[in-house]
Amino acid sequence: MNFFKKIKEKISSQTETVTEKFREGLTKTRDSFVGKMNDLVKNYRKVDEEFFEELEEILISADVGVHTVMELIDELKDEARTRNIREAHDIQPLITEKLAELLEGAEGETKLKVQEDGLTVILFVGVNGVGKTTTIGKMAHKFKQEGKKVLLAAGDTFRAGAIEQLEVWGQRVDVDVIKQQAGSDPAAVMFDALQAAKSRNADILLCDTAGRLQNKVNLMKELEKVKRVITREIPGAPHEVLLVLDATTGQNAMSQAKTFGQATDVSGIILTKLDGTAKGGIVLAIRHELDIPVKFVGLGEGMDDLQEFVPEQYVHGLFADVLDEAEAAEN
Amino acid sequence: MAFEGLAERLQGTLNKIRGKGKVSEADVKEMMREVRFALLEADVNFKVVKEFITSVKERAVGQEVLKSLTPGQQVIKVVNEELTALMGGEQSKIAVANKPPTIVMMAGLQGAGKTTTTAKLANHLRKKHNRKPLMVAADIYRPAAIKQLETLGKQLDIPVFSMGDQVSPVEITKNALAKAKEEHHDYVLIDTAGRLHVDEDLMKELDDIKALADPDEILLVVDAMTGQDAVNVAESFNERLGITGIVLTKLDGDTRGGAALSVKAVTGTPIKFAGMGEKVDALEPFYPDRMASRILGMGDVLTLIEKAQTNVDEAKAKELERKMRTNELTFDDFLEQLEQVKSMGPLDELLGMLPGAGKMKGMKNIQVDDKQLVHVEAIVKSMTKAEKQDPAIINSSRRRRIAKGSGTSVQEVNRLIKQFSEMKKMMKQMTGMQKGKGKKKGGFKLPFM
Repeated sequence: MNFFKKIKEKISSQTETVTEKFREGLTKTRDSFVGKMNDLVKNYRKVDEEFFEELEEILISADVGVHTVMELIDELKDEARTRNIREAHDIQPLITEKLAELLEGAEGETKLKVQEDGLTVILFVGVNGVGKTTTIGKMAHKFKQEGKKVLLAAGDTFRAGAIEQLEVWGQRVDVDVIKQQAGSDPAAVMFDALQAAKSRNADILLCDTAGRLQNKVNLMKELEKVKRVITREIPGAPHEVLLVLDATTGQNAMSQAKTFGQATDVSGIILTKLDGTAKGGIVLAIRHELDIPVKFVGLGEGMDDLQEFVPEQYVHGLFADVLDEAEAAEN
Repeated sequence: MAFEGLAERLQGTLNKIRGKGKVSEADVKEMMREVRFALLEADVNFKVVKEFITSVKERAVGQEVLKSLTPGQQVIKVVNEELTALMGGEQSKIAVANKPPTIVMMAGLQGAGKTTTTAKLANHLRKKHNRKPLMVAADIYRPAAIKQLETLGKQLDIPVFSMGDQVSPVEITKNALAKAKEEHHDYVLIDTAGRLHVDEDLMKELDDIKALADPDEILLVVDAMTGQDAVNVAESFNERLGITGIVLTKLDGDTRGGAALSVKAVTGTPIKFAGMGEKVDALEPFYPDRMASRILGMGDVLTLIEKAQTNVDEAKAKELERKMRTNELTFDDFLEQLEQVKSMGPLDELLGMLPGAGKMKGMKNIQVDDKQLVHVEAIVKSMTKAEKQDPAIINSSRRRRIAKGSGTSVQEVNRLIKQFSEMKKMMKQMTGMQKGKGKKKGGFKLPFM
């Protein structure tokens, strides 16, 4: 149980509340996912072809994606053979380990690149309805609590009510929103916002953009332009381009990550709506194939429910029951 | 793209069995494996896939495939047929109450597109069915959701009933129904807040609205990009509310849309509409057979043809056909054609509907830029009348002038003129072929094809 100990140690350095948030937010996800996993171990005492087939289905049901699942299963089969694992019970920690491995990257890469001094610009991109504006509201709240001076740019000039939605968030967390009329050029809004951020000495500028499906070439070009304008005004900016992904999304999330990545050089992912039954397993595949790390997860509707992503926490959230069991066994 | 259509997937297996005298059961099994992968990659729920494969396999092994000379095509045919059947066969219409108003309630997860769909549906009812709808803003939770519906209502000039976000949705519904009666609206569309299917309090609220309004239609709005979880969502909403239909949104994206099959399979209710874009008129009836092809990655020729038919003037098309036959095509006609193609929608969307477009070399990652059409248009418009009528007179000095006038380069002008003359040649051949067959193909002909 070396691996579980490692996880425990890593998360014990974090506050109880964070661990609790993950645990709580992932309850629904865990119930279905780990429940299935436990059943699997119970039903198949031997690690055989059928066992792997069932495991394959569990992973696919979490939207991990056929391709990644197949690779994972092959690796597990190899490992099971070399380590001579025959009992289903013994392979469970191996599965957890492999999943966490897929998510883990270089140390500290899930942290946002916030400038030591001066303005940090963060651009939010994604398809329609994933929760960009809500996420910006929550993140503004987070930075505000850290004592930062935050400004919001209402770059979604297209969708009806989008500017008003951001304004409501601005009032809620008490930060200013830079906006123009609906229908105006989003790049122009960004230009205004950057000037305002500079003159008001803001620390953080969070830029909203209209949701767009990644196969709309013209809209993706518009997004490229928005980014170009930001870079022209402040070299090195945007310091983060965050792709907001809905955890309920299936395999199309890969296409989203690819295309938005090409157009705007996405530096991280925010996985929203994880408090439902969806598992968001596609981030494993995205991490694996495109090497884009998840930086934040949305675990609920509250203002505080946007949490920094910690792979160990995520895996812990998914496997809390298993971990407790393992601990109990050791004591 | 990581996705391959079923046809491409089956290619490997088919290559292996080509030349073999007959197809063995093992071969069928392997083909079914590919079918399974294709469906899973399209986000069809794995349980649904399992059942589906079992039924297809029975038909396949039961000699239909084994005996046929082209087993690959036979497999695809069987799969396609079964998929269409599962999808619900025929198109399904929106409910009409015996006694107006017909009450429609929208429900779904956050971000599925309920508010946009409500506005699209209201527009559809007025435009296509000559109805007088009232939209009800009952999403009091999401900031500015009411404002969003009001803005859309203003755009469409369709009334929106709202009482702000301090009144309960049940209360809003009650008042809205009274108002609808008073003002003789024949459809009432209730836009509810997005909610998680596991959120007990909010699901209870939907119960209450339903109990009060007694809706004739409860539409579950589902994002076409939804993954495996689509079954859980649809099951919960259905058990709780007893949904009567589904609207699939964001189908204009590049998702395969396997969620369609999943929700259909678990709820047994028909998919009634498909959201095909951000504009308010981008709501289309749902065609099960076309969706089946899409999930399998086989293109959507029917939609393409239909788009062409609604956007192309028949008389003009006939005139064009005559010109093509007699080889009188000019740049003026070309320009007209360009306008018509543009009116059919974004080019990449049109291309995506062509079967095999994903397979063609160089087409795989093609990014069609509608702006290129603007260049072409500028070039043609920079030509004189005489030049448009008789492109042969365009010499190098004229080319330079055209390039300058259109803000393009001589190379671009050259390319266009070359393409145009090749097109003319091709058309001559095509029309010649048709004449040779002695068949008069009536009706419509696609421009440039």
